[in-house]
Amino acid sequence: MKEFGFSITKDRQIDYDQNDHRLLNFVLENEPSFIVCISCGGCTATCSAGNLIDFNIRKLNILIRRGETEDLEREINKCMLCGKCMLVCPRGINTRNVILKIKEAIQKFR
Amino acid sequence: MTKKVVIIGGGIAGMEAASTLSRMNIDVLLIEKKQQLGGHVGEWDHLFPNFRNAREITRSLLYDLQDKHIKICTSTEITGISKKSGKFEVRTTQQQTFKADSILLSTGFDLFDARKKEEYGYGIYENVITSVDLEQKLKESNVLTMASGVIPKRIAMIHCVGSRDEKSGYFHCSKVCCITAVKQAIEVKQKLPHAEIFCFYMDLRMYGKKFEELYREAQEKWGIQFVRGRLSEAAENMDGSLQIKSEDTLSGRPLKMNVDLMVLMIGMVPSESTTFLGKMLGIHFSEDGFINHDDIHLENNLTNVPGIFTAGTVTSPMTITDTIADARSAALKIATYIS
Repeated sequence: MKEFGFSITKDRQIDYDQNDHRLLNFVLENEPSFIVCISCGGCTATCSAGNLIDFNIRKLNILIRRGETEDLEREINKCMLCGKCMLVCPRGINTRNVILKIKEAIQKFR
Repeated sequence: MTKKVVIIGGGIAGMEAASTLSRMNIDVLLIEKKQQLGGHVGEWDHLFPNFRNAREITRSLLYDLQDKHIKICTSTEITGISKKSGKFEVRTTQQQTFKADSILLSTGFDLFDARKKEEYGYGIYENVITSVDLEQKLKESNVLTMASGVIPKRIAMIHCVGSRDEKSGYFHCSKVCCITAVKQAIEVKQKLPHAEIFCFYMDLRMYGKKFEELYREAQEKWGIQFVRGRLSEAAENMDGSLQIKSEDTLSGRPLKMNVDLMVLMIGMVPSESTTFLGKMLGIHFSEDGFINHDDIHLENNLTNVPGIFTAGTVTSPMTITDTIADARSAALKIATYIS
């Protein structure tokens, strides 16, 4: 039978209450500087990977804050750990370590 | 003969202008419609950006009003003002008539009526309160609860309610609500360390001295979370909690969450008294409804009517710092004018 109805299209809405916030909490505990992000996008502007392929670290930060971690593993592996984002961050976030902690958390909570 | 100035409005702008004028040996009559001086600041609890007790401000301003040049009329409203050969005649509800060489309008602002923003449910849902309600609660009690008496686990602070919103009739930015939200979020977190607090904002306007520092402290020390997006609506759940919707504009996705308590950061709107007196005096208003200045940079205490000056939030929303500076500047302009 051909599928039809509302279930074929995935809901794009972030359902905050249903989401898992363990990954965020792990990153915040292990790299506390992550909390002061103001989403300026400096990291994304300078990002070596993001300048070549579809990769937006600023947006990933926000999605992690909302507990949206479904595509995270595939996305975060695009980072080449060059650390340029760390140099431009106006709030002094250790973004490189944030990424390492995200990778660690993905293994931990998979 | 000593010159005389009538100041209409006994909030912090009127009080500061009165004491500044008196120190220049100018006679002042300060008229206030309420029983007490102090205006909105007189009803506030703690101030941004340093959590200073608001009563310190009003107490200090009141102290400076004890001067032989100053006369104060409270519980008095203006019924009419006329101008004859350069002099003003002010009539009040107490059937008095005063002569003045100059008039200072310091009739302040009114608070936006949050019920006009019906989709947020103020006055309909019991767990929707305003920033002013929250300040009263913080002033009166050590605990903050939902209407049912239950301790809230998640609280949302909604920025720009009645500000930057033409649909509610006001397109201007109220300037103080962003930093007030940050201040109140910290105070709520101090009372309820286990609560999650979210600020829903369009832009965070942290322009003032020590504002950015307080914003950072809110993130770093208190874990306040910020979501960029304007709330579209709130709906009440069976248990009185609220489901709210907004776009999370930084991820480009719609977002929903349930909160136990919602605080609406209501804006400053032109006060009825200012509009009433301004119309009576033939004063020009700008598009936002506040009193207009022809020269916004160099003459920001002057109105289009010679002899009538402005101080404080009659011309635009202002912080206390800016209001005090504006009141002092108005006093200086008046002193120059009447001499």
